[in-house]
Amino acid sequence: MPVEVETKSMTIRMLEDLHRALQKPLEERRWGMVIDLRKCVGCNACTVACKAENNTPPGVAYHVVIEEEIGQYPNVARRFLPRPCMQCEHPPCVKVCPVNATYRRPDGIVVIDYDVCIGCRYCLTACPYGARSFDFEDFYTAGHTPEVAAYDTNPSFEYGRLHQRLPGRLNQSPIGNARKCTFCIHRLEKGMLPACITTCLGGARIFGDLNDPKSLAAQMAASPRVVRLKEELGTEPSVYYLL
Amino acid sequence: MRKRLWLILAVGVIALAFGVVGMMDRLRFGLLHVGYGTPIPWALWVVFYIYFIGLSAGAFLISSLVYVFGFKQYEAIGRIAVFTALVSLITALLFIWVDLGHMERFTEVFTRPGFHSPLAWIVWLYTAYFFLLVAEAWFLMRRSFARGARQGGLKGGLYRILALGTQEGTPADEARDMRIVRVLGSIGVPLAIAFHGGTGTVFAVTIARAYWYSGLFPLLFLVSALASGGALLTAVAAFIIPNGYQRHRELVISLGRLLLILLLVEVLMEVAEFLVSLYGTAPAHTAPIQEQLFGPNWWIFWMLGLIGAVGLPMLVLVTAGRRSGLAVGLVALLSAICFIGIRWNIVLPGFALPELPGLEYALVEPHLNYLARYTPTIMEWQVSAFAIGIALILFAVGYHLLPLEKEPSTETWQRQEVSR
Repeated sequence: MPVEVETKSMTIRMLEDLHRALQKPLEERRWGMVIDLRKCVGCNACTVACKAENNTPPGVAYHVVIEEEIGQYPNVARRFLPRPCMQCEHPPCVKVCPVNATYRRPDGIVVIDYDVCIGCRYCLTACPYGARSFDFEDFYTAGHTPEVAAYDTNPSFEYGRLHQRLPGRLNQSPIGNARKCTFCIHRLEKGMLPACITTCLGGARIFGDLNDPKSLAAQMAASPRVVRLKEELGTEPSVYYLL
Repeated sequence: MRKRLWLILAVGVIALAFGVVGMMDRLRFGLLHVGYGTPIPWALWVVFYIYFIGLSAGAFLISSLVYVFGFKQYEAIGRIAVFTALVSLITALLFIWVDLGHMERFTEVFTRPGFHSPLAWIVWLYTAYFFLLVAEAWFLMRRSFARGARQGGLKGGLYRILALGTQEGTPADEARDMRIVRVLGSIGVPLAIAFHGGTGTVFAVTIARAYWYSGLFPLLFLVSALASGGALLTAVAAFIIPNGYQRHRELVISLGRLLLILLLVEVLMEVAEFLVSLYGTAPAHTAPIQEQLFGPNWWIFWMLGLIGAVGLPMLVLVTAGRRSGLAVGLVALLSAICFIGIRWNIVLPGFALPELPGLEYALVEPHLNYLARYTPTIMEWQVSAFAIGIALILFAVGYHLLPLEKEPSTETWQRQEVSR
């Protein structure tokens, strides 16, 4: 009997997974990401998409791609390690916050309350993955153009709210705050995938509800060739890498 | 005011004048012009903060030798020690306050505390300690205020206010005050151990930084605090009390011996830390130590830490320091100042390696440059000078106005009054 093979775009399938997850109560979802390192070509489209989506200023990087060169010339190879926030189950950054400004949501995403953060940067020292940045009030065009360009002051929509950074507005968050990747919560809640997922040209990134055994993310995370970064620290990251 | 206090005041005013522009920059532009960034989120101001908080804890614990443990030979510096602890605490808190991204939100540590955070705990402990220091200082000096209130002028007026209605009292009243001081001091000792051990714990619990993640760290903080605070008080006893190293030669030499023991324990702990870390091959453990010993800022370890804070003072204390109060005072001053090098090497080597290998090349932007060597900017130095200027001015003015030096006892004083 012929086997019926389901052929469907990964993006469509992840969107279906997402919409199914959104039907469930928040505390029953557990968002996770799987990154297939064999498919990553190191193009940094994810990094750029993240910058554009969250309008992050200079020095604030929610996502980077770490490159590593192996071997000696002329026998060299390169490998890439995309690094979003690991959205740890036991996040060291959350525990150290003196004012409870950062916490883990029931769906597993570690967030920062911009209106509460005092900017002590303890969380930056505590994160084992270097996934947090501090907003030092930099602007890409400050000092280079007569006035700060509009794209520098465009608001971001993180956490589903409008955050506008303006030069000299020191007390206006997120200036003076710790900042981090949120798995694009504001997009998720509108039924859209995180920006880095939709833009990945190699199809290396998979996103979904790890609590849903039918989701692509949960199935890939169960692969025997999966690793997580710094497992020995007991942080239990929600980002898995396929070797 | 005495010449030496004038000198301290003058240095303080110059530092303040140099620093005021940087402080204005800090208030106008926030942390925009600092040299640190996301790769090194804690830098010069945190170094100064732990330096001054260590001086405070050390000075206070030495005052407790007099008021709690009854070492009468140190009585001449008892009040000075409590006062120094208070000035150092205020300075430390000023440093950590300017380092916050949102200075205006610091009260949140009280209104919505994170019970899991050692940082929240130590802020509450600092607050309790501040009130305890003020209370202890007041009970120590209130009879002196009452007696001094009779004199005219600024001092008399100030003492009338500070006495808060206290009467001159009898020797029995004074003895009762000293019992209260003893109780306060007894509460203060575990409190000082808790807040300074706690300051070490802030660093020690960060599993992301192998250099700090050690049970030795809080203990090292305590020993360093005692050594640096002891050194500062020895210098004050030798040079700020008039003819201190001559008049109180025995006291200064005795403090020198105490300092020697504390420095020896400091060396012992540092050696343990260094040897264990260097033995293995894991870069997270070895790189911070190698950075201190042979990195671009090698001189901070060798010149400030090893020679200035520890080596030379120890050498002098076991030789000339056994007889000469002047020699003890000089090396104590050197040690107290050079301890800043040891503090630098507590904070900065923690960031010797990026959190993940290769992260340093991933993205280079302003305030996100793992490859650049951290050098404090002029603005950071100016803000530091501003805070230190305030400390020196507070010290000089406070020392001049307050009855810090040991007065004749009530009985002697009453006899003097009668004979007049």
